[in-house]
Amino acid sequence: MSARRLAKEQPDSFVLSTASKKEIGKWVKKYPKGRQASALIPGLWIVQKQAGGWLPAPALEAVAEHLDMPYIRVYEVATFYTMFNLAPVGEHHIQLCGTTPCWLRGAGDLKKVCESKIGPQKHGGTTVSADGKLSWIEVECLGACANAPMVQISNADGDDYYEDLDVENFGVLLDDLAMGRKVSPGPQNTRHTSEPITGAKTLNTKGLYNKVKKKKLPNTGKAKAGVK
Amino acid sequence: MVELLQDKDRIFTNLYGLQDWKLEAAMKRGAWLGTKEILEQGREWIIDNMKASGLRGRGGAGFPTGLKWSFMPKEVTNRPHYLVVNADESEPGTCKDREMLRHDPHLLLEGCLVASFAMQAHACYIYVRGEYIQERNRLQAAIDQAYKAGLVGKNACGSGWDFDVYMHHGAGAYICGEETALLESLEGKKGQPRLKPPFPANAGLYGCPTTVNNVESIAVGPTILRRGAAWFKSFGRDNNAGTKVFCISGHVNAPCNVEEALSIPMKTLIEEYAGGVRGGWDNLKCVIPGGSSVPLLPREICDEVLMDFDALSAVKSGLGTAGMIVMDKSTDVVAAIARLSYFYKHESCGQCTPCREGTGWMWRVMERMVSGEAETSEIDMLLDVSKQVEGHTICALGDAAAWPIQGLIRHFRPEIEERINNYRANKPVFVSQVAAE
Repeated sequence: MSARRLAKEQPDSFVLSTASKKEIGKWVKKYPKGRQASALIPGLWIVQKQAGGWLPAPALEAVAEHLDMPYIRVYEVATFYTMFNLAPVGEHHIQLCGTTPCWLRGAGDLKKVCESKIGPQKHGGTTVSADGKLSWIEVECLGACANAPMVQISNADGDDYYEDLDVENFGVLLDDLAMGRKVSPGPQNTRHTSEPITGAKTLNTKGLYNKVKKKKLPNTGKAKAGVK
Repeated sequence: MVELLQDKDRIFTNLYGLQDWKLEAAMKRGAWLGTKEILEQGREWIIDNMKASGLRGRGGAGFPTGLKWSFMPKEVTNRPHYLVVNADESEPGTCKDREMLRHDPHLLLEGCLVASFAMQAHACYIYVRGEYIQERNRLQAAIDQAYKAGLVGKNACGSGWDFDVYMHHGAGAYICGEETALLESLEGKKGQPRLKPPFPANAGLYGCPTTVNNVESIAVGPTILRRGAAWFKSFGRDNNAGTKVFCISGHVNAPCNVEEALSIPMKTLIEEYAGGVRGGWDNLKCVIPGGSSVPLLPREICDEVLMDFDALSAVKSGLGTAGMIVMDKSTDVVAAIARLSYFYKHESCGQCTPCREGTGWMWRVMERMVSGEAETSEIDMLLDVSKQVEGHTICALGDAAAWPIQGLIRHFRPEIEERINNYRANKPVFVSQVAAE
């Protein structure tokens, strides 16, 4: 398991914004009455965005109060789930997948790119560049293995996957981010999504996508009458 | 020559997102076609047909889906029933549910309605892994479209059945893919698996009867019912019915996802769809066939083995999620498995001692095997410890951490011994084998 603690330096206070409260309110409505604790994880995610990419301790307290939960329950969740950053991150936070499928296709080389452009790997922590523009951390499988190696980059605009990376295009990507240039998410080579790079051999039959006709349901000999 | 699956028999016709994902286009491709008629056949008809189709759960364990649905209580008491869809796809090597969420979300939503109706659930939660942020936004947009079109919500599809579907998300914890950890997480807690019994069908979400199914198991339901159990069963061998989305990653020329019939030979799958192994089939070292948790298979077995539940368990591995990780001869396989050991150490929830301590211990020993700084006798000790972790924990994460190591020792023991000997002889412990040109 990963042991995670709150950052030593913490702001004195944190106020939930009206927008955050409104967003959390939408989540609370999804669950039965009295089960507002279910909105905790989405709520913390919203607050992490409000706080600029990490969760200060006073923010945890504010969420606990807002959802009418004991602080320790919120603390437990914030320290358990690894997408909650417990210390400040850069403007563009890079999560580099280092698990075997990405490792086999060169994640190790991408790590070196991060080390040279941002800073040395901190095991179990985030490395933030001196100017605070970029930060990086090695994470476990992000579930885009057919487009390995890949990273997820989080910033004020959103959280996107950048896939099919190599040392060259990843280096350019980091430079573009640091310079504030526009970057485009998804595969960084010629692929659309997870089709073979040589082009999709399947799902290209013409007419398959607009003429599915309704037929009688099979096996309905002993059909039941109506919905009860 | 093996006959390949034809496009007309593929369920996920927008797997690569080459078409529009939105409702109108999805309906043209056949989603939400006659859903009302399916519901009108009644619960028993749905469950009987799902059983007859031979569909086995697509999330890894391979439990028959229709049978699972039939475990829900027949009568609804004061505790409502829930369907929870497991979209916490985190098994290394697996990236299939992501494509369904972002490219074919309406197939999933229709499946949620049909499955929920069959189990008398008025509400369904879809738990999407935290990192899939674009995917969950896409899913939410699809849910909004379905509500607007009256396909879900009050009187869903005009069937008289009230049905609500909600998107929920996690925040980066592999363990939440375990069904009871997922329920804990959905209740706003740490994702630590529950003891079973009681099983979720009796006491699941909020203590109410709940069924947890993988995205793919739910999304294929309506198509199976529309085209018939016999159609689905016509693919694959007995007890291994249907089509399945395979993910092929690692050392292949063209990594990809592809839907194929179960029981397709592994070699055909890799050569026909993924452009073959880098450097040719003879350059293959081993394949992890079903997501990182299942033991790897050396090339000799890969030559002949079929990709289905029974064939892979017969060679002491498993189909799992059908996420294949291919490694060619240049691979440092000991380091590859050690990286997985680190993964399991990182993802252990910390609840059971054999797993919390065992995964860390196994990783540290694996790291010493990588560097060669170990005793030959420690290989047996590692195997022994892995067997003490396996089966002695609340959930299967302990097993999942043990199996890759057991597979490595079973098939590549000489390679580990060689490293230890090389280290002692002051030689480089690992020299990559490069394919003969």
